Amino acid sequence: MQFWIIQGLNSLSLGGLLFLLSSGFSLIFGLMRLANLTHGAFFMLGTYFAATAMRAHDGLNIWVAAVGAGIAVAVIGGLFERLVLTRLKANPLGQVLVTLGMSFIISDACLMFWGGDSIPVPTPQNLQSPTRVLGFVFPTYRLVLVGCAIATAILLYFLIERTRLGAMIRAGVDDRQMARAVGIPVSNLFTLVFCLGAGIAGAGGVLGGPILSAYPGLDADMLPLALIVVILGGIGSLLGAFVGSFIVGIIYTFGTALFPELAYIILFLPMIFVIAFRPQGLFGRVGA
Amino acid sequence: MKWIGIALLAGSLLVPPLFAGDFYVNLASQILIAAIFALSLNLLVGFGGMTSLGHASYLGVAAYICALLTSRYGFGHGTAALLSIAGTTAMAAFFGLIALRASGLGFLMITLALSQVLWGLAYRMSNVTNGDNGIAGLTRPAPFGISLDSPISFYWFALIVATFAFVMMTIFVSSAFGSSMKGVRDQPRRMAALGFNPWLIRWITFVYAGFWGGVSGLLYVYYHKYIHPTSLSTTSSAEALLGVIAGGSGTLGGPAVGAALVLLLKNYVSAYLERWNMLLGLVFLFIVLVMPTGIVPGVSSLTARLRGGSR
Repeated sequence: MQFWIIQGLNSLSLGGLLFLLSSGFSLIFGLMRLANLTHGAFFMLGTYFAATAMRAHDGLNIWVAAVGAGIAVAVIGGLFERLVLTRLKANPLGQVLVTLGMSFIISDACLMFWGGDSIPVPTPQNLQSPTRVLGFVFPTYRLVLVGCAIATAILLYFLIERTRLGAMIRAGVDDRQMARAVGIPVSNLFTLVFCLGAGIAGAGGVLGGPILSAYPGLDADMLPLALIVVILGGIGSLLGAFVGSFIVGIIYTFGTALFPELAYIILFLPMIFVIAFRPQGLFGRVGA
Repeated sequence: MKWIGIALLAGSLLVPPLFAGDFYVNLASQILIAAIFALSLNLLVGFGGMTSLGHASYLGVAAYICALLTSRYGFGHGTAALLSIAGTTAMAAFFGLIALRASGLGFLMITLALSQVLWGLAYRMSNVTNGDNGIAGLTRPAPFGISLDSPISFYWFALIVATFAFVMMTIFVSSAFGSSMKGVRDQPRRMAALGFNPWLIRWITFVYAGFWGGVSGLLYVYYHKYIHPTSLSTTSSAEALLGVIAGGSGTLGGPAVGAALVLLLKNYVSAYLERWNMLLGLVFLFIVLVMPTGIVPGVSSLTARLRGGSR
């Protein structure tokens, strides 16, 4: 019983991390029709920033680190979007290739600066002691992480559905030309959403640090999970990213615990199933 | 003009190996292997309009099947080669069923996810694939009793296979089926209205490309006598894609030239510094931003312009 509950919590915390990664990916895809393959690298960059900052300043608060690294990664993402991606507006394939190239550059730069050894990110001290609920022991940090992901989901939902900015983003998703015609600055929205997505991924990387630690290849480990999440949930759908993240989190965690060598194959199954019966994903719209 | 080009190409492929040292002969073999791989990817990217970021799957899986069958299960090279090509083609048929439910960016993401899953499998399933250590100590086959162990004999072998592959893919592209393939790339709806089945045409192209990817994987494992999960990685797929795009996707010979350039660059850079991935990324940015149609079409349009100007 203890096994199932602990693994259940682990899968929820992985799902939370995946949501932080894939919600930005999904937002960017929804608005810009851009598969941002740099997203895994943004996540890893966040983890490395936090690992370095927390090593330099002992006892640095992880929430401060998450906000700081999130902003830093958002700035890098914004520069990339402004300097490179805007030049390729009419060339979606070129954009994907450029994001792929950028992910190689970032991951190799991380290897160059931080070396090949993994760098741990310490768990915040006040969250180190386990929480007891109904006689079961839970690692507190993971509970908090799930809470964070849910809070982010709610904030994003309000941003998209309830604010003026969100209305403009939705208009851009639905009909870019028409949105431009009624005076919505779609190009600026692109930059903003790209920064937002990159920032969430960077902050997610920081929060994932205590569980995953920063190591070369983190991006290559996370990106496919995020891809599977958005393929499952439906590309461009926030709800899809949320549900998909937890599905993948559960399958991957239990798969790794029960059949360690086949975890990757088990990830296949829901993907194949969804693609076979709902190619647009669980919550995706046809033609999105 | 065309025949002069062919004669020059044939001369450069046939004569220098007789004089060059082993290092250059080996480099030439690697270029031939990369060229087959890039040409097979070009069937998808250039002629089918399906940009795949998971083509390394076919190279890697064929190589792994062959390596496992010969080293672990004691199969002969002939049977192992047949089984690995058959297995890879079957996998392409299956992956095609999945990936072709989507098109465009969805297709790209699915192929990438599938190949990453295979890459993870090669790393994690270490009791089968030997994980990060890779499978070493493999042998080269000896077709008709001719040993391929010397660099020059392997070069001739690779050249024969590459020529055959090039001819077969050229025939494929120039056939009536090839025309319908290009039609589906450009105007899928009109092709459907004309009574063609775009899905089937794409799927056949996908499987055929997987088949030749498998052939290049077989040569790859014969050449290196070693296989490691990196041959399944995104970097490996991306190198091939860069070769295709740099050479000019949708041209017949361009991807081979592009693959050769990528391989030479990789070899020379790796000799001096370890930052190949970073350079690969930078070259991607450069090609996409500066020469989006590729080097071969870029240069030929440039020469056409110069010739037009001199008149």
